[in-house]
Amino acid sequence: MMRAHSPAEKALLALRYLALSVLAVIFLIPFYLILRNSLMTDAQINAAQWQWFPLHPHWSNFRQLFADNTAFVWTGLRNSALIAAVTLVLQMLISSMAGYALARIPARGSRTVFQVILLTLMIPGAVTFVPTFALMAYIGGVNTLWGILAPGLFSAFSIFLFRQFYLNFPTEIEEAGMLDGLGYGGIYWRLVLPNSRSVMMSLGVLAFVGTWNTFLWPLVVGQNPSSWTIQIVLSTFLTAQTVNLHELFAAALVAVLPLVVVFLVMQKYIVEGITFSGGKE
Amino acid sequence: MNAPATATAQRKTQAMHKNLQAGICFWSFLMPALAGLVLFMAIPMVWGFLLSLSHAQNTIHPGHFIGARNYTDLLTDPEFLNSLWTILVFTLFIVPATFAFSLWLALAVHSIPKGKAFFRTVFFIPTAVSYAAASLIARMSFFSGTASGFANHLVGLFGMQPVQWIGTASPPWYWLVLVSVRLWLQVGFYMIIFLAALQEIPRSLYEAAALDGATGGWTVLRFITLPQLRNASVSILLLNLIAAFQAFDEFYNILGGSGSSGGNIGLARPPLVYIYNVALSSQDFGRGAAGGFIITALIVLFTLVQGRLLGFGSKEGR
Repeated sequence: MMRAHSPAEKALLALRYLALSVLAVIFLIPFYLILRNSLMTDAQINAAQWQWFPLHPHWSNFRQLFADNTAFVWTGLRNSALIAAVTLVLQMLISSMAGYALARIPARGSRTVFQVILLTLMIPGAVTFVPTFALMAYIGGVNTLWGILAPGLFSAFSIFLFRQFYLNFPTEIEEAGMLDGLGYGGIYWRLVLPNSRSVMMSLGVLAFVGTWNTFLWPLVVGQNPSSWTIQIVLSTFLTAQTVNLHELFAAALVAVLPLVVVFLVMQKYIVEGITFSGGKE
Repeated sequence: MNAPATATAQRKTQAMHKNLQAGICFWSFLMPALAGLVLFMAIPMVWGFLLSLSHAQNTIHPGHFIGARNYTDLLTDPEFLNSLWTILVFTLFIVPATFAFSLWLALAVHSIPKGKAFFRTVFFIPTAVSYAAASLIARMSFFSGTASGFANHLVGLFGMQPVQWIGTASPPWYWLVLVSVRLWLQVGFYMIIFLAALQEIPRSLYEAAALDGATGGWTVLRFITLPQLRNASVSILLLNLIAAFQAFDEFYNILGGSGSSGGNIGLARPPLVYIYNVALSSQDFGRGAAGGFIITALIVLFTLVQGRLLGFGSKEGR
C-alpha cells in the first residue's frame, strides 16, 4: 500500500473516505428501514411526516406475526431452514465425492466425464425450470420439500471446485493411508473428508445462503402454502391485494436476520468461498 | 536384474486388480452426482426440447408435435419480443454499471489505510439479503410512491412533490428502482472477487513502475492494476451477464401483483417472467419450453460476443 504524502494525495484520500462513508450509509439504509418499520404501527409507517424511529417500539408486531396463521411465517422459516440445511450437507458430500474421484482416482473415461460435467455448467436455469417442473409433476415432487431441494443437491460448479481443491491436496496423506492398507473409500472417508473441512465450510455456507435466498424454483414447484419457503411467504405477502404493513416488515426482518447473522459470523469462510470460486473461471 | 517370470505375471495381475478396483471406486464415487445431473439436467433438456416442438397445452407430455410453431409464435408475439428488448436494455446497463461500481469499491477499499474491514463488511452484507426481501423494502418503503416513502421523504426535503417511483410508465422511474436493488444486492459480492485479485498483485510490480517514473495514480491503474485484474474481470463480466439475462425475482416482486391486472409487470416484463406466466399460469408448457431455449441461445450468443471482445482465454497482459 502506498502512503499518502503530498497534500494532494492527502486530500484525495480524505475525499475517498468521504465517498465511502456516504455510500456506507446508503448501503445500510434498507436494513434500518426494515427495523424501523417492523417496530411501527401501520399508521406510523404510512404517516406523511417522517419519523426516524418509533418512540415506543411495537415489539408486539412479531408476536402478532407468528400468531397470524394466514401468514405462514413459521412454515416458511422451517421449510427454508430444512431445505438449506439438507442442501448444504448433501451437496457438499455428493460434490466432494465426485470431485475427489475426478482429481485422484485414476480411471478410464475420467477426462470425458469431467468434460461432460463442465458442459452441464453452461446450461442456464432459464431453459431447465419448465421441463424440470414437468419432471417433478411426473414423479410427484410438486408441493413437496424434496421436490424443491432435490435439483439443488447436484451442482456441477461445486463438483468442479472440489476437483480443483483435491488436485492440490497433499499426496502424503493418501500415501500414508495406502500403506495402512486403506482402499479409496477408506482414504476418502477417514483422511480426505476430515481434511476438507475448511473448503466445505466455505462452499457449504455459500450453498446454504444461495438455497435460503433462491426464489424462482420454490415459486414454481412449491405452490401449496405448506411447501412455501420464507421467500415465497414474503412475496405472497407483498403481492397480495391488501397489505398488512407492520407484519410485512416484521416478516422481512425475520427472513433477513438469520442470514445477516450467518454472514457476520462466517464472513471469513464466505469470503474464502467467493474468492475460491471467483478465481476459478 | 531379471525378475522371475512368475513375479512379473503376479505384478501384472496385481496391477489389473488395482485398476479394476480403482475403476469401481471411481464410478461409485461419481454415481450420486452423475445420477442427479442426468435426472435434473439431461432429462429436462431432452424433455424440454420435445415439449418445445409439441402443442402441450395443459399437459406436461410431449407428443402432439407441431414442428417449430412454438418458436415462430414466440418470435412473432410482440409481448415476447418486448420482453427480449426489456432484458437487453437491462443487461446492457446493469453489467457495465455493476462492473464499474464494484471495481471502484474494491480499489477504494483497498487503498485506504484504516477501516478496510469495516467498509468491506458494510458493502458486502447486502449479499446476505434475498431479492424477495430487497424488493419488499424497495417497493413498500424506500421507493414507496406515497409521501411516507423514504426516497419521497428526501425529495420532500427539497420541497418537491412525492414521486411515483414504480407505478408510472413515464417517466420510467421503475428502472431506477430495479437497477438500485440489483446493484445493492450484488456489487459487494463482485467487490470481494476484485479485492482478492488486488491482493494477489505482487508489490514488486508497483515498485518497478515507481522506478520507471510511473507515479501518477491513473497511469499505475491503467498499466499495472487493470491488466492484473484481467482474469477477475472476465469472470465477473461473464457471471454477471448470465445472471442479468435471467433476471426474474426483482421484476416479479417489485412490479408484479395479484389479480387480473398483474400489477405493473406490463411496464417491464423480462423473458423469465413471460415464460413463467406462459408455462405456469397459462399452462402452455410447449411454448414455455421453447422460450427457455430462445433465452439460452441469446445467453450463449452474448457470452461468445463478450468473450470475443475481451479476447477470451488469451494470456496477454499477465
